Amino acid sequence: MRIAHSIFHRGLRHWGGLLLIASALLLMGAAGDSTGQRFDRLGHALMCQCGCGQVMLECNHVGCTSSEQMRKELKAAMDRGDSDKVILAGFVAKYGPTVLSAPTTTGFNRVAWIMPGVIFVAALGAVVLVVLAWKRRTPTPPSNSAGSEPDALDEFRRRAREETSL
Amino acid sequence: MPQIGSFTLLLGLALSVYAFGAGLYAIVYHDDRLSETARRAGIAVFLAVTAASAVLVYAAFHNDFSVAYILHHSNRALPAPYKFAALWSGQEGSLLFWCWLLATYGLVLRLRHKVDTRLVAHASVVISAVQIFFLLLVNFAAHPFALVAGTIPADGNGLNPLLQYPEMVIHPPMLYLGYVGMTVPFCFALAALIMKYPGEKWIHITRRWTMVGWLFLTCGIFLGSYWAYRVLGWGGWWGWDPVENASLLPWLTGTAFLHSVMMQEKRGMMKVWNMWLIFSTFLLAIFGTFLTRSGVVSSVHAFAESDIGPYFVVFMALTFATCAYFFVRNREHLQSEHKLESLISRESSFLFNNVLLLVSAFAVLWGTLFPVLSEWVTGHKVTVGPPFFNKVNVPIALFLLLLTAVGPLLAWRKTSTESLRKNFLLPAIIALAVGVALVAMGLKPWVEISYFYSLMAIVLSVLVAATIGSEFIRGGLVIARHNDSNVFHGMWLLTRRNTRRYGGYIVHLGVIVTMIGFAGVAFYQNTEKELAFGDKMDIGAYTLVCRSYTQDDKPNYSSEWAILDIYKSGKQITTMYPEQRFYKASQQPATIVANRSTVMEDLYLVYTGKNPENGHPIIKAHLNPLVWWIWAGAHLILVGTLVALVPNMQAKRKKLTPPQTRRAQVEDAAESRAPVEAGSD
Repeated sequence: MRIAHSIFHRGLRHWGGLLLIASALLLMGAAGDSTGQRFDRLGHALMCQCGCGQVMLECNHVGCTSSEQMRKELKAAMDRGDSDKVILAGFVAKYGPTVLSAPTTTGFNRVAWIMPGVIFVAALGAVVLVVLAWKRRTPTPPSNSAGSEPDALDEFRRRAREETSL
Repeated sequence: MPQIGSFTLLLGLALSVYAFGAGLYAIVYHDDRLSETARRAGIAVFLAVTAASAVLVYAAFHNDFSVAYILHHSNRALPAPYKFAALWSGQEGSLLFWCWLLATYGLVLRLRHKVDTRLVAHASVVISAVQIFFLLLVNFAAHPFALVAGTIPADGNGLNPLLQYPEMVIHPPMLYLGYVGMTVPFCFALAALIMKYPGEKWIHITRRWTMVGWLFLTCGIFLGSYWAYRVLGWGGWWGWDPVENASLLPWLTGTAFLHSVMMQEKRGMMKVWNMWLIFSTFLLAIFGTFLTRSGVVSSVHAFAESDIGPYFVVFMALTFATCAYFFVRNREHLQSEHKLESLISRESSFLFNNVLLLVSAFAVLWGTLFPVLSEWVTGHKVTVGPPFFNKVNVPIALFLLLLTAVGPLLAWRKTSTESLRKNFLLPAIIALAVGVALVAMGLKPWVEISYFYSLMAIVLSVLVAATIGSEFIRGGLVIARHNDSNVFHGMWLLTRRNTRRYGGYIVHLGVIVTMIGFAGVAFYQNTEKELAFGDKMDIGAYTLVCRSYTQDDKPNYSSEWAILDIYKSGKQITTMYPEQRFYKASQQPATIVANRSTVMEDLYLVYTGKNPENGHPIIKAHLNPLVWWIWAGAHLILVGTLVALVPNMQAKRKKLTPPQTRRAQVEDAAESRAPVEAGSD
């Protein structure tokens, strides 16, 4: 057991280092992708405008001329050597802001991205506060329960469970 | 016949009003006889609404196009199962179907009134109030028996082609059973709050109701996903469409409730939280219905849009006000009986689990409604599509997976770090080994964030599987040792002795199998090509050869399809037939996907159309890895929930002979190890 324990600790150190390297590589890996990958990424950042409500590259609406035309426009813009920003701005100028499949990170749209994070942090904070409050508080018996002792309550729960089992 | 339908609906409304009014009066003035008449009126509502539903189905089968609903959702050539499904295929019919399901749940609730007559009387009044709302809708706002003005057409408009699939026949009923099923625990929760019901008996009574509702909702969501995958032909199974999101919201809060309710049962904690969780789940189920039908947000599910949205808004506001009023009035009753003793405990894992599930629910709700908010604030709409939901929800899902792995290893009250380390060591090593193996096999998480997520999903899934596996094996070994049987028999006995806990573990296994399926998304690929006779196209290891293409004509639709021979590594493995149909009554096209599903990948072919100049079919081929796992996981979730619904074997303890009793004690001991060393349900 002690050997396993030692292996575990050594492993943790070893894997911790690997994890750091992997994270660094992950961050670096964001740069540069092939033409196909770039087309796929940009194609998924755009919505088809035929009214199907699907991402441009996933629209298979029978007889849809919109997605085909948009694909050609995207391909042409990429061939011209336009940057991602210029390409997306071009689509917004032509089709309006709803052509983007996700809100931008500018202006009021920022709120869309920030709120889930804010709620997450606030909820975690609330949990910590609740935990601290619980740790400080002495147990209170329920206002009108059958008994005040925890054991009596447990017994009551057990009986209730048995009697009401469906 | 339509007049009979209208009459029975009015009768149902009158009976519901009586069940509500008389029930309320009987509670206030303690009149048992009146309470009994209210209960019976509630039962009669079921008969009235059943009669109305039967009349609508009869009208569909007898092509009664004098009824506007039948005219718009059926036609003579429509196959019988779809005529039956017409009941829930449109706005008015689906609301009637909702009424019928609610009446059915109400019937069961009232027939089981002896479980606790006072509590059921209160819950019965609440469910009557909900029933009144839906019956008001079908009587006055969305009447399913409205008659056609002027000349009655010889044939109907037919059913939406997208709905003419077997999956679609069962998907809406499952979803509705889930939505409506959440009404019952809501009614009991509100009833318990109103009457300051002592203890957690209402939770024990509603536990199975909640699980059944959750199970139906889960099945409904997966069936909808399966339908989207097999029918819509875009190669995916979840598009974060507002209506899909609407079904996910009550599922997320319902899942949170199913976990946190254990804290109330075991430790008398989280009473306020649980009360509001079930209120939220019910409100979100109603919100989902509102979203599906109001047209507030644009959705591919536009077939059920109408102007009944304001009714739902009023109903939700009234429901919220009622809940808030009784909560403020009776909140002292919901005081916690125990405190949290340690951060490393089962209680805190449930807390964090709940936080993550609710943050996920918020993110989904926020993303769904943000276009409306944006338009309101800035004057123009934006799109919140899959990239937003994936970016926000995937990390949350991964955290949840981690908690799923750790949670079962934690004991109630307090877990020592030594115990946690001991139980976590082997699963962690196994998960890490799998991760390293995947990287060695070519999965490069540094290339793209989706690859990283896929790797993490698989590694964490393995971690969960290992912790659950170790739980089963350890308990099974103890029982097997004392029973002179094998470990599998031990695990079988263990599961039967605590179906809820081990059923829950099976559900968790289902979730991780599904997550492995989700992890395949990063590696989906597709290609499209026009194919003449003998032409080939390649995707992955497959080569598709066009043998022929042809067409057919049937009473309900005409169709075109391609016949493709599929080769893998130079050897023919099958022939596939992607098809496109054109439905005559509705004048709408639809795709019939050809899919070859294996454990490793799906070869998914779509007939997207033909070249008008030469008639050659255009085929889109998708190669989707690990999709099979998603549906396998859904089946495991179903099995696990069913196991959890089965009563424990210990109920039969009294009948045991002395040696059997000794054996049962040993099993108890094996089982009780878990709460001390590794937690229990």
